[in-house]
Amino acid sequence: MSETRTLRSLDDLRRLREEAHREIRVREATGTKIIVGMGTCGIAAGAREVMRAVMDELAARNIEAHVTTVGCIGMCAQEPLVDIVQAGASRITYGKVKPEMVPRIIAEHLVQGQPVEEWVVGQTTSF
Amino acid sequence: MRELSEHILDVLYNAVEAGARRVQVSITEDLRADRLQITVTDDGRGLTAAEARKVLDPFYTTRATRHVGLGIPLLAEAARACEGDLSVHSQPGVGTTVTAWFRHSHVDRQPLGDLATTLMTILVGQPELELEYHHECDGRSFHFSTAQAREAAGDLSFSHPAVARWLREYLAEGERSIQTEGATGDE
Repeated sequence: MSETRTLRSLDDLRRLREEAHREIRVREATGTKIIVGMGTCGIAAGAREVMRAVMDELAARNIEAHVTTVGCIGMCAQEPLVDIVQAGASRITYGKVKPEMVPRIIAEHLVQGQPVEEWVVGQTTSF
Repeated sequence: MRELSEHILDVLYNAVEAGARRVQVSITEDLRADRLQITVTDDGRGLTAAEARKVLDPFYTTRATRHVGLGIPLLAEAARACEGDLSVHSQPGVGTTVTAWFRHSHVDRQPLGDLATTLMTILVGQPELELEYHHECDGRSFHFSTAQAREAAGDLSFSHPAVARWLREYLAEGERSIQTEGATGDE
């Protein structure tokens, strides 16, 4: 997708849709899912700013990962929590995520396939 | 929570957990009456009268995974600290309306904060949600409905990063257009 700086009108959104259609990439095919904890505990710890950083970084790098949210999972003291699920890999949970940590997580984990070990608080193998 | 918009996000997630498909968020800043009111109405499964009374209790939740529901009590406390209060009206099978009001100029009132990112966040997490948003500030108003945006976005989901960014920028611009001296939106 081309550089999109100021998007303000519904027409900009229509143009954006047309640009996206010209791309061959299929979102589901990338197989990456990013899950941001958005329970009361997550929101209070700053999860909304983390979500903003995730969406900004994905848009800037033109990565079509599937982003979603989840409620409280009981690790409230570790919020904001971000999980990354990639096909064929363990589900990795990052804890106490700050917006400024997001670009590195996306660059190293999503793009290079190397989780940022020092920020990982949980790992689930499900394959 | 540092911003009222974070409380709004939390109430929106309550609505989603109650199975809501349509949600209305209305914010009214009446500077003459020195009053700020936030109303969130959903068409979720609703609460019985007994449950509606209990949601103000910090130790009540409808959830099974944890046993403390803090969202509504936190907002109620924030409102009461500012000469305001909170009410919950609900009807099983119809939906729930949460209303919180504050003295606008109260020194302890949290800022509304980043409403654009708040609405973007709920729409990324729940791209199918039908949201009507109305913010009135000192006679000026900004209205947003997902129906218009969905028509323009076509088959592109609200959780698509480029669409999410468009949503946030569009909403931030709408918010800026109604701000006046003395009103607190973005910090």
